[in-house]
Amino acid sequence: MRNVDILIIGGGPAGLAAAVSAYEAGARNILILEREENLGGILKQCIHNGFGLHTFKEELTGPEYAQRYIDKVVEYGIPSQCDTMVINITPDKVVTAVSRGAGLEHFKAKSIILAMGCRERPRGSLATPGWRCSGIYTAGTAQKFTNLKGLMPGKRVVILGSGDIGLIMARRMTFLGAKVLACVELMPFSAGLKRNIVQCLDDYDIPLLLSHTVVDIAGRERLEGVTVAEVDPKTLKPIPGTEQYYECDTLLLSVGLIPENELTTMAGVKISPATNGAEVNENLQTSVDGIFSCGNVLHVHDLVDFVSEESAKAGVNAYKYVQGQLPEDKETLEVVNGFGVSGAVPQHISKKLDEPITIMFRPRGVFKDAKVCIDVGDVQAAEKKSRILTPGEMVTLKFNPEYLQKNANADKITVRVEAQQS
Amino acid sequence: MIKEITCIGCPMGCRITAEMDGDKILSIEGYTCNIGKKYAQEELTVPTRMVTALMDVYGTTQPLSVKTSQPIEKSKIFDCLKEISRHTVMRPVHIGEVVIKNVCGTPVNIIATKELE
Repeated sequence: MRNVDILIIGGGPAGLAAAVSAYEAGARNILILEREENLGGILKQCIHNGFGLHTFKEELTGPEYAQRYIDKVVEYGIPSQCDTMVINITPDKVVTAVSRGAGLEHFKAKSIILAMGCRERPRGSLATPGWRCSGIYTAGTAQKFTNLKGLMPGKRVVILGSGDIGLIMARRMTFLGAKVLACVELMPFSAGLKRNIVQCLDDYDIPLLLSHTVVDIAGRERLEGVTVAEVDPKTLKPIPGTEQYYECDTLLLSVGLIPENELTTMAGVKISPATNGAEVNENLQTSVDGIFSCGNVLHVHDLVDFVSEESAKAGVNAYKYVQGQLPEDKETLEVVNGFGVSGAVPQHISKKLDEPITIMFRPRGVFKDAKVCIDVGDVQAAEKKSRILTPGEMVTLKFNPEYLQKNANADKITVRVEAQQS
Repeated sequence: MIKEITCIGCPMGCRITAEMDGDKILSIEGYTCNIGKKYAQEELTVPTRMVTALMDVYGTTQPLSVKTSQPIEKSKIFDCLKEISRHTVMRPVHIGEVVIKNVCGTPVNIIATKELE
């Protein structure tokens, strides 16, 4: 059994940023375990630009952004083991991993940072009828084919769901010579960023069909076409008589991301039903002492810049924990999701909070001319105005320690939206 | 001529309508802040985009990811992609290395965005 001070699971943007910041804080016994052949995670296949505006004040492509962190990891001499799959974590922080090179290995960690990221919701979760023909991929799988393997998944494409990866793939497939017939979205609004809708769909005259869904899939060996119907925006049920058939050989799914928390559960960490990630406090520490969580495995982010920022914090705190400098604090206030708010992170804030922290959440719907309020107990401590809130864009709020003094008897903190839903 | 665009400045996505005379803007309506006004002026006169693409590499099926060194005119995107697809590069390639100079006769270069040993 090998002893490691800080064991980081996952070598994507979260794991890399955590490793770099832990090293810069003083940690010297760090190890990154990565399942794939190379470090960099999903950024390796995100060859479009737009990464790094917050972190580096310039727009980079995914591989360039990842390389900045990989270069640091190499410069600092932080060890990483790729091609290594972690298969178990115990609550007392013994980690079991398998790899071709070393076989079965056990690590005893003083602290663990969970940075496994997320995966895409698959076809099976949609309950769409039809044969299991080829030609149906998640958008990210198609992205891996085109951008990393140099393979083309198909020529006539329909995209179901308007998440950012789907939008990005609409443009990529167009660039590579395919015809993208439509992007079909169940909800009356897109889950993607406005910029991506304009620059990936509008620029190439690809129609975005809001309040529509795929109701049937034709083709037995290979996909032959899909039937798209309009849905009632309230019930989300297809409206009979609105069906339209699109002849296509490829259907890409961009219907949501799920944090990959099997290992987290094994470690006995409490999972939040709102984020499908671990419950954490303001130090990003989970319910198990010394286990931290950050990045998309904690909650799905829009921007990698915020993943890096969050993970850097986890790295520093993991080091503080190893040094015995992270105050053990059992007295916390629960953060409650109020009206219009879902998945606020962190879920717990210490009553002895002494520096400002960030609360992040996703709005439950589209709200115009809205106010986001933070209540400590039943006293409103802060508010922030926003012209528009949409589920596609994560909201970040600053929480100052002074807020807690406004109501010393408070038993909870509520984050809520004040607005008319549009 | 009337042109309609969607602002990308924020999630509001204001629909901006402009009256144009060729490349000249006569009037702009529909924006709700200065970001929108500025975006519309640029987008309506000379719209530009960063282009990212894939390039063939000798001796492997794995492509090299590349980008334009600066935004190019929107109307030249597909010519630019065509020119990139006509080239094959030799390894090793490093991030920032110029792989095509003056793409489509513009001052813009195509540069590598991936380390390939």
